[in-house]
Amino acid sequence: MLKVSNIQTYYGNIQALKDVSLEIKEGEIVTLIGANGAGKTTTLMSICGITPPRSGEISLDGDTITGMSAERIVQKGIVQVPEGRRIFPDMTVLENLEMGAFLRKNKQLVQQDMNYVMTLFPILEKRKNQLGGTLSGGEQQMLAISRALMARPRVLLLDEPSLGLAPLIIKQIFDILKQINKENNTTIFLVEQNANQALKLADRGYVMENGCITLVDDADNLLENDAVRKAYLGL
Amino acid sequence: MDYFLELFLGGLTRGSIYALIALGYTMVYGIIQLINFAHGEIYMIGAFVGLIVAGICTIYGFSGISVLILAAIAAIIWASAYGYTLEKIAYRPLRGAPRLSPLISAIGMSIFLQNYVLLAQTSDFLPFPNLIPDFEFMEPVAYFIGSPELVILVTTFVTMILLTLLIKKTKVGKAMRATQQDMSMARLVGINVDRIISLTFVIGSALAAIGGVLVASYIGQVNFYIGFLAGVKAFTAAVLGGIGSIPGAVLGGLVLGWTESFAAGYVSSDYEDVFAFGLLVLILILRPAGILGKARKQKV
Ligand SMILES: Nc1ncnc2c1ncn2[C@@H]1O[C@H](COP(=O)(O)OP(=O)(O)O)[C@@H](O)[C@H]1O
Ligand SMILES: [Mg+2]
Repeated sequence: MLKVSNIQTYYGNIQALKDVSLEIKEGEIVTLIGANGAGKTTTLMSICGITPPRSGEISLDGDTITGMSAERIVQKGIVQVPEGRRIFPDMTVLENLEMGAFLRKNKQLVQQDMNYVMTLFPILEKRKNQLGGTLSGGEQQMLAISRALMARPRVLLLDEPSLGLAPLIIKQIFDILKQINKENNTTIFLVEQNANQALKLADRGYVMENGCITLVDDADNLLENDAVRKAYLGL
Repeated sequence: MDYFLELFLGGLTRGSIYALIALGYTMVYGIIQLINFAHGEIYMIGAFVGLIVAGICTIYGFSGISVLILAAIAAIIWASAYGYTLEKIAYRPLRGAPRLSPLISAIGMSIFLQNYVLLAQTSDFLPFPNLIPDFEFMEPVAYFIGSPELVILVTTFVTMILLTLLIKKTKVGKAMRATQQDMSMARLVGINVDRIISLTFVIGSALAAIGGVLVASYIGQVNFYIGFLAGVKAFTAAVLGGIGSIPGAVLGGLVLGWTESFAAGYVSSDYEDVFAFGLLVLILILRPAGILGKARKQKV
């Protein structure tokens, strides 16, 4: 469904991605793990059109989306929950959710989805008139995921959603990701440093080092892989 | 007490104009962290367009407040087009460049626009017709506040209410706030931030044009240099209130207007600028981010 072929992305003269290729099939949960600075965030930002690759191709259902504006890419159904949650701090929870649905016209369906995310995360209903910046880290992550869901994504990209959260909250969020994947057949591409949890959730995984994909396999196999266990699972 | 009230209302009138222009500085700064030095020139161009259209309307037999309205509408459209173009040719190509570059471009555009009007018009002051009649119902309070002041107050007040509604309630207003709070996140939800930035310039320019026509009609003259002085004052107001903050621009404008008015009334009009800038220095020492400004958070 989403296919990244040989992309090279630069920040000025610094090359962050060197020939990255990956493929995510419809309905899959795929994870991308790697150390800090490996290029995971850059991969997501390249897909979303924020840091367009200098060469290579990205396509959705066979249609190329390389070089499209970020706006068009969202419209195509690729939606990101970025690293650090990036809640609009001086907007209320409701307004943050409305912004997630920015490109959608059908008010009724938007309202329906608003209700849906509030059943996924009931705490958001309680906090709906509170400013985003006043929420706790876990609540902000729930809001960030909900905001992305408001766009009705076909592919949901998440950048380290577990960062800085308590284990219990992480479990709750990962459970919900599984549920979203099952209920709506939403394809999920999950970037994580928390490799253990991510690989347990995912069907397949990619390992990234220094801007290159170094390993790809079923998540179960990666959990058993010696190199992965040593480098990312601390075993 | 009567004298106090007179100074208070005079300061309010003056301050509401500063506020109107300051909004343009603060909205642009809030969204792209640029001090648009050419904003005062947009105000000046608004006043000139007002003058030209008022002249034409008068020839065709219109008079009074209807001329003012037509002049203001023309000034708004014209100045908005200038603001839009200014952003597109002088600032957009420099987005992502070091912060000093668009600042220098802004100063350059300011000088260019001044000289362009100087050449196209004249360096002399041109008389601007008084378009605001003396309303009869203002007779009883004429000692404190005249009809022109009333028109200025009502216009600025209504404009600011409309702006607030736009920003708080409408979809595009929310997109403006989102873009201001986190531009790349705004792009990730599908907001076309280029369009939002253009819109910010258009709105700021329209407000400046309204100010330009009102003041020109009030003072009774215009020349190519009026934008510089108005710009410096409005910029001071924006910084005073906390640049980037919309309520801050309004508050800063009013505080500045009152300071000048009271300083002129109780001390001497020679000293009004001393008090105005003295206040600015004082506030910046006590609250470096301005009265309502927030210390800027580090964005990742
Ligand atoms: N805005 C930027 N400017 C310059 N270099 C950057 C920028 N963002 C990331 N990099 C560099 O690109 C590389 C990949 O970074 P990133 O994609 O953020 O890695 P990860 O998300 O895996 O931690 C790193 O070496 C980082 O220093
Ligand atoms: Mg990262």
